[in-house]
Formats: sequence, structure tokens, C-alpha cells
Amino acid sequence: MGKSIFEKIWESHVVKAIEDGPQVLYIDKHFIHEVTTPQAFSGLEKRGLPVFRPQNIVATADHNVPTKNQHLPIKEALSRHQVDTLIKNCNTHGIELYGLGHPYQGIVHVIGPELGFTLPGMTIVCGDSHTSTHGAFGAIAFGIGTSEVEHVLATQCVLQMKPKKMRINIDGELSKGVLSKDIILYIISKISASGGTGYFVEYAGSAIRKLSMEARMTICNMSIEMGARGGIIAPDEITFDYIKGRQFAPKGEAFDIAIEKWKQLATDDDAIFDKEYSFDASDISPMITYGTNPGMGIKIESKIPTVADVSDNERLGFKKALDYMGFEADNNLVGKPINYVFIGSCTNSRIEDLRLVAQMAKGRKKADNVTAWIVPGSKKVENQAIEEGLDKILASAGFELREPGCSACLGMNEDKIPSGEYCISTSNRNFEGRQGPGAKTLLASPLTAMAAALTGKITDPRDFI
Amino acid sequence: MEKFITLQSTCVPLNLEDVDTDQIIPARFLKATTREGFGDNLFRDWRYNSDNTLKNDFVLNNPRYKGEILVAGKNFGCGSSREHAAWAILDAGFKVVVSSFFADIFKNNALNNGLLPLVVSPAFLSSIFELTEKDENTLLIVDIQQQTISIKDTNLVESFEINPYKKTCLINGFDDIDYLLSLKSEIESFETKRN
Repeated sequence: MGKSIFEKIWESHVVKAIEDGPQVLYIDKHFIHEVTTPQAFSGLEKRGLPVFRPQNIVATADHNVPTKNQHLPIKEALSRHQVDTLIKNCNTHGIELYGLGHPYQGIVHVIGPELGFTLPGMTIVCGDSHTSTHGAFGAIAFGIGTSEVEHVLATQCVLQMKPKKMRINIDGELSKGVLSKDIILYIISKISASGGTGYFVEYAGSAIRKLSMEARMTICNMSIEMGARGGIIAPDEITFDYIKGRQFAPKGEAFDIAIEKWKQLATDDDAIFDKEYSFDASDISPMITYGTNPGMGIKIESKIPTVADVSDNERLGFKKALDYMGFEADNNLVGKPINYVFIGSCTNSRIEDLRLVAQMAKGRKKADNVTAWIVPGSKKVENQAIEEGLDKILASAGFELREPGCSACLGMNEDKIPSGEYCISTSNRNFEGRQGPGAKTLLASPLTAMAAALTGKITDPRDFI
Repeated sequence: MEKFITLQSTCVPLNLEDVDTDQIIPARFLKATTREGFGDNLFRDWRYNSDNTLKNDFVLNNPRYKGEILVAGKNFGCGSSREHAAWAILDAGFKVVVSSFFADIFKNNALNNGLLPLVVSPAFLSSIFELTEKDENTLLIVDIQQQTISIKDTNLVESFEINPYKKTCLINGFDDIDYLLSLKSEIESFETKRN
């Protein structure tokens, strides 16, 4: 029987399998940031252990950092302390840190790929659930907790139960104005916020193959929002072209040899999956969420479901979500006023996202009632946007390009949505209070977010295309 | 990690599905650099109003319900990988979370801290909610050795799954890191073989 890409990579990284138990998985690349590591480093110190393979770790500061005036010290004492603790830990253990002020600083899931650290066939972990992003390169990448961060620091291994295998096929042509963010919101709306739990998901099909690496990352990024352990897309010419020439990627002959290996990773034709879904790309519209988990999404032209549309055991949660959001069942979302727009996060803050929103904003003006935060994913993205003049296009439309970080996705810095306010957000989670206590988040693509920023209300982005 | 074998306790019923880790511990409380003290902010925005007064309709603020077992609807612990969620639940005095379904990362984080994520059938979960609604003194008995959970003074009992490795860890208070460190030479030879 043939093997899936997931099985090929997993099996080649098992150091030891415990009978009826977890497997000891060797980790090639460990990304770390300031929030989920301090307790792991202090755990090591308590045991008097060194970091086993510091050269396999890449660190950055992203969750707590301000997105304005990054040259100044972080104002908030606890945030500053956490970032300083990361600096201290990296210095003590000889770990490469791309912290504030470094030209490579940025959101951990943006910088890994853009610097060429993320490569096909790798196992990658980070104390962050959106580590699934890196699966877009044909890598097994998943989020871990702080105890597991400590395990990887100490042994370069993690104990994991082998997940089941799911494949999601998207075939056909995407309609105008539909982005990869819409694909993943559509998938999650179909299989629910828990439909992927226990699985590692491979995305396949002709519509996936045509996507750029940025677009693929957006899809893999949100695999966790359906509960999946991770998402993966087999590498192809688009992947190899993206990797070629990146700072830390293999070069010259080593790159050619690597490509030959990477080409072997794709799922065999006769591989069998525990679960498989197929969707038609042409059925996907620009998507938007109305509720408080990412599975509560609809086509932007559709109405919010009715109580009768949801299953018995989901009704309580459905009503609670509508109550929190201030929406009513069977109502349209288009036309509802919104005052906040966030374009950024590890889901949608890459150069391609900024190009799309700048293109839509060109020659138009931001609505007066809207406060918009456009936050690039990394210093490199920010600099490229400036080089391409995107900052000027955005500025003349009334938008400001900020400095990189996780920002309003989870409001650990000062970028918080005020209580009671709606925010159209390109991030990944619409949980209650995620963007600030009492904030009401609607997840959407960068185009849908920009359309709302221009009109001050929920708007079908196809009106502007 | 503390040893954990059996437990008899009343429970706190949180009859909601898809409880995400942002609710369990909001991101703004993740700035600590130690593992202690997260219990004060467990379910912060469901427990407290913005002026820090208690929300009386939330179950953790209901004086009827106390105990070392938290019972919640399916897909508990979804969302962020923050282990702070498991730390907060433990710090607030819980030793077991019962649900019909846990998110994967939360489950690992819980087990790595000696907090038992105990999966029961949807029917058994409904029984717990119904019985505790009627009588807050309903006692649950968890036996890890036997892998059973029962409701005292009823004939309701169910066995639960836990893989043998994790069971041994819980019963003996072993950490994964001890096991992984014991494999050092195997890990090194794995690296050599690959290169």
C-alpha cells in the first residue's frame, strides 16, 4: 500500500515507538517566541540541563511587541519582561534570536518560511498552535505546549501519538474575489471547528496546486481551527521556486540534490486516508464568520443560519454566540456598520496580502468611522512593501502600514479592539474576547477586510473588483 | 508531577461546547514567566465583569458547585496551544476534566501536568449534567488503575481510555522528559545515521 506524504515524513523521524503509546519524534526545526518558552527554559535550569541542539532553534519576539515605535523600549512592564527573558535565555543557551530591531524580526510563522528555514520533509514544532502554517511546504509542523517545548530543548524530540490521516481535495476554478482564506473558512464551516480533531490533514486537488506559497500558508495556518494537528501540502515547482535563493535554504548543488529528495515526498497514488472530503472550488464565495468559533462561517451573500439549521446539541452554543456578537439568526451581515479592521497576523500578513489590499485601496479612501490596523508579518515584508510603494498607496487612501508583530490577533500588545466593537479581521480566531475583552471579531479575507475599511460596513469585496 | 490514582469528588458542570483556551485563560494573562498563579484568572471574562465584580450566572461563581472535577461539553480546550490553560485549571484546584471530546494539544498539555482529561460518551456526559443539575452533591469516582468513572449511588459507570504509557506516568508521577532523557544515546545515533 502506498504512503501519504505525512506518513513518509513521520516514519523517517521516529526515533523509537512505545508499544500502544506515543512515538518519539525527532524534530528538525524548533521555532520559539517569548510567550510559551520562559517556563520551559526555567524547567531546564532547574534540572541543570543544557539546550541539546541550539543550532536547530530559531527565536523571535512577536506576540508582545508594539507595532509602532519599535525602536523605543516596550512600555508595558510585563511584556517587556517577557521579551527580555527571551533575550536572556537565547544569550545563555547560544540560540539565534531575531528580536526587536533585527532586520529578520517578525511573526514566527512568517519569518521561518521567508528566511528559508522551513523546508519540505522537515519536522517543525513551536509553542504556538499556528505552527501548522509551515505544512504548506510539505513539512510536518504542529504546535506544542510549554512542557513539550522543554522536551525539545532538552532532547530535540517530542512524544506524540500518531494522528489519523485526512485528505481534503479542492478541485476546479476559484471565482473572482475568492482567496485562499475563503477556501479554509469554507472548509471549516463545512466540517466544523472540531471536525479535524485527531487528524493530520493533507490539502490536495487542482485548486490547491494553483495557489502561491503565501496562499497555501494561509490554508495550512488555519488547520488547527478545525481541530487538526496540522495541515500539509505536497511540495511542487511553486514550492521550490519560493525556496530558491532564500537566506538559509540550501544553495547550488545542495539545493539540486534537495529538490530530488523533496520530489519523492508526494503522496503515493494508492495511499489510503482515514477520512476524505472533496469540495468544488467554484462553490466557494468570499466567506465571513458571524459567531464565536471559526466554524461559524457563511458565504458573505448568505444569511446567518436559523436555529433550525443547527443540530440540537449545538443550539446552546449557537444562541450564545449570536447573543455575544449582537446578531440575529436569519439576518444578512452585508451592510452592518463596523468601526475596526485588522489586516495582519500569521494568517494574512505576507507581501501578497499587502499587495492585494493596496491594490483595492488605490484611488479610494478609508471610511471615516473606521480605525484600521495594517500590520506586516515581518520586517522583511514591511521593507518589501515600502520598496514596492505599497505604504504610499495605503497612506494616500488613509491607511498606515505599522511595524511587524502578532498585534490585534490576540491583543497581547496595545492593539486591542474596544469592548462591544466589531472588527473585520484577517486573523484566525473569532473567540469571545480574543481581540480584547468584549471585542466582536468577524474573520474574513484581506479583500473582504479592506472592502469593509473603505465603506465602514460589511461589504462584498466583489463590489470593488 | 504529582501521583494520581483515584479521586472521589463533586464536580463543577460547565455545560458548554467548544470551550477554547482563550476563555480558559485570556491572552493578556500569558505574560508571566512562571507556572504559578494562573488560577485566579481561570475563565476570567466569564467569571468577572469589566469592573472586577463577579458574574453570578457563571457556574464557577455558583456556591452550589465545588469540587476537583470540571465537567464540560465537547471539544474542550480548542484553539491556542497555551499550556497556561492546563496550569490555570490545576491552579484553581481541579485534578480532572471530563468531556466527551478534547482538543489534541490541550489533552497533551493536561497530561504533561498531571491533569487528567477524561473522555466519556455523550450519553454519560449528559447524565452527569442532569444529575448535578438536580443535586450538586452528586459524587463522581475516578479510578485510573481500573480506568473507570462512576456516579456514586447510581449504577452509572463507564470505562475510559488512556494509553498505557500515560497511565504509568500519571500513577507514578513520571514526566515525559525523564523518559526522553533516558534515550539520549538513541537520539544521538539517530542523528548520526541520518547525516
